[in-house]
Amino acid sequence: MKKTNNMVAPWLLLLPATVLLAAFTHIPAVMTFINSFYRTPRGNRPARFVGLDQYSNMLSDPVFMAALKNNAIYALGTVPAAIALSMLMAVIVNSAIRGRALLRMSFFLPTVLPMIAVANIWLFFYTPGYGLIDQFLGLFGFHERNWLGDPDTVLGSLMVLAIWKEAGFFMIFYLAALQQISPTLSEAAALEGASRWYFFRRVTFPLLMPTTLFVMINAIINSFRLIDHVIVMTRGGPDNASTLLLYYVYNVAFRFWDAAYASALTVVLLAALALLAFVQFGVLDRKVHYK
Amino acid sequence: MKSWTSWIKGALASVAMLSAGAAQAAPVEISFYYPVAIGGPVASIVEDLIARFEAQYPDIKVKPVYSGTYPETISKALTAYRAGQPPEVAVMLSTDMYTLIDEDAIVAFDDFVKTDEDKAWLDGFFPVFMVNSEHDGKTWGVPFQRGTTLFFWNKDAFSEVGLDPEKGPQNWEEVVEFATKLTKREADGNVSRWGMQVPSSLTSYWLLQGYVAQNDGKIADETGAQTYFDSPEVVESLQYWVDLAYKHKVMKPGVIEWATNPKDFFEGRAAMITTTSGNLTNIKTNAPFPFGVQILPEHKKRGAPTSGGNAYIFNGVSQDKQEAAFQFVKWLSSPEQAAEWSIKTGYIAAREDAWATDAMKAYVAEFPGALVPHEQIPYMVPELSTHENQRISRVIDDAIEASLTARKEPGQALSDAQKEADRILEDYRD
Repeated sequence: MKKTNNMVAPWLLLLPATVLLAAFTHIPAVMTFINSFYRTPRGNRPARFVGLDQYSNMLSDPVFMAALKNNAIYALGTVPAAIALSMLMAVIVNSAIRGRALLRMSFFLPTVLPMIAVANIWLFFYTPGYGLIDQFLGLFGFHERNWLGDPDTVLGSLMVLAIWKEAGFFMIFYLAALQQISPTLSEAAALEGASRWYFFRRVTFPLLMPTTLFVMINAIINSFRLIDHVIVMTRGGPDNASTLLLYYVYNVAFRFWDAAYASALTVVLLAALALLAFVQFGVLDRKVHYK
Repeated sequence: MKSWTSWIKGALASVAMLSAGAAQAAPVEISFYYPVAIGGPVASIVEDLIARFEAQYPDIKVKPVYSGTYPETISKALTAYRAGQPPEVAVMLSTDMYTLIDEDAIVAFDDFVKTDEDKAWLDGFFPVFMVNSEHDGKTWGVPFQRGTTLFFWNKDAFSEVGLDPEKGPQNWEEVVEFATKLTKREADGNVSRWGMQVPSSLTSYWLLQGYVAQNDGKIADETGAQTYFDSPEVVESLQYWVDLAYKHKVMKPGVIEWATNPKDFFEGRAAMITTTSGNLTNIKTNAPFPFGVQILPEHKKRGAPTSGGNAYIFNGVSQDKQEAAFQFVKWLSSPEQAAEWSIKTGYIAAREDAWATDAMKAYVAEFPGALVPHEQIPYMVPELSTHENQRISRVIDDAIEASLTARKEPGQALSDAQKEADRILEDYRD
């Protein structure tokens, strides 16, 4: 009697979390996987098992290919830049300078703002002719540019916004890590006559590596996950030049109502993210700790 | 513990009493999903209309549900339908009709039209708007709100370059000729004023349809399963549009945003623009100079696009709720209400008799620009509406964007688009 009681109590305690996780995470994930092997049912056409058809369709889908390429460029462009910028900002606001609190706040501000609001503000920045950026560049004699209406500049424009938005958040992690570094190290280095750059390169930077790994994983996930600004600013255009994977999944699922194809796309997206996370944690994690 | 159970008992008892009370009065309750795609106090206009409807039909209660944009409305309505709780009435894009039919989500109006009065009401809509409401000889929705595109010009700019400010360009050649005069280049090559601007950021197929109609072509047939994207008429039309930017150099290259297009006009950066009739009031209020408005210029003939929302009645609800929904839709789109809706929102009233009401006559007398969309009605063509419409419209939009950003030649872009459309629509052809 007593023993069963011991078994029941923990399960009961786990029950709410299990039900929620199962209902909103595990079951949908499994359903997505299963659905990806079927064809979307329409009112008068039932779902039909099509095997890997949805996956082979992907290879001949130019929009999917464009989204894949765009997302790769987007991740490769935003992740290193956001990491470098956040590290720089953290080092700046970690030093004893005047107006440090104000600086910290202003670096962190973009993180606090909702993406939808930020995207609308930047939409104005990028407006051809009288947007902030064109007005500023106009002072130096540059001509007006259609930043979001030109396939050559649209993705870059979104990337700049993403870096600006992300860096402040990652700065917090770097700032916390920097404050963990014992001041004795810098004192010792100063005694040895090491320059500040040498100290950063050989001491601070290696000690920050675990944080960098954590930030990198988050940044990569965000580069696949955050698409609010795409919806607000470009809707993937012009001619899919700014379509990111998740935005395409959203379009296929909730505008084209092709749930099966959207499921297949989601599976690919999840597999890619899982692979990236595995490589980062499994391989890099062993190398980042400074010993 | 005791007080808790007694509280539940009390609550159950009061619910039982409430439902007993409801059973006595028994008004039929229906919900009404409506989107807001324009500025203005749409929610309060809708609530005001419903209050008056309920006063006239005490046995029907309407619950208005603001459902976001058009795409959000169909998402919500279809999700609710799949969950077995559809709204009785929803206003959704007329081009969503095939999607809704394919989902078996809506019922045809024909079963509800019984009396001669009902028939007269249904026959009162402009035929061109009904094309986007009919399929297989049945009427699946009725036009609730409609828009078109109009041509605006800056009279001051016309005077400045020696054009008659009272006369807008009447055909494609005149548009190019006027726009060339109106385009102002600075010494360094920067353009401070474009002659002509046509928006292309979203649903640009809509503007292409206007050009195609003027070129005496068709973008799709009426079965909803065949498009003609690579036909010579369509290719010529897109070529003309692209040429404005790259050959004649009178339009800003790249994609032009709907939202900034009227602003460019106000700021004097674009001397002539095409934009929706829904912008009439906006331009009237904000243009700091005298402006002209007219129907779209012609080529082989006149032509203009339409778009807008239909009221649909849902499947999967009881017969008496559907009947109540029909009464509500009929009342909402009868002449008086249609005129009121048009005046307050700027949409085009979809029935001739609405234009003959006293309220509409008074409004037009005060603001003659409001008559221009009416003048264009005889030349309008139905909006592109196919099975899997969202997908098809995205395909053609992509082709237009690729051409306007000089990534592809119009002919190439459109033949790619046609191949993709064929692939998508294959399943729907007999």
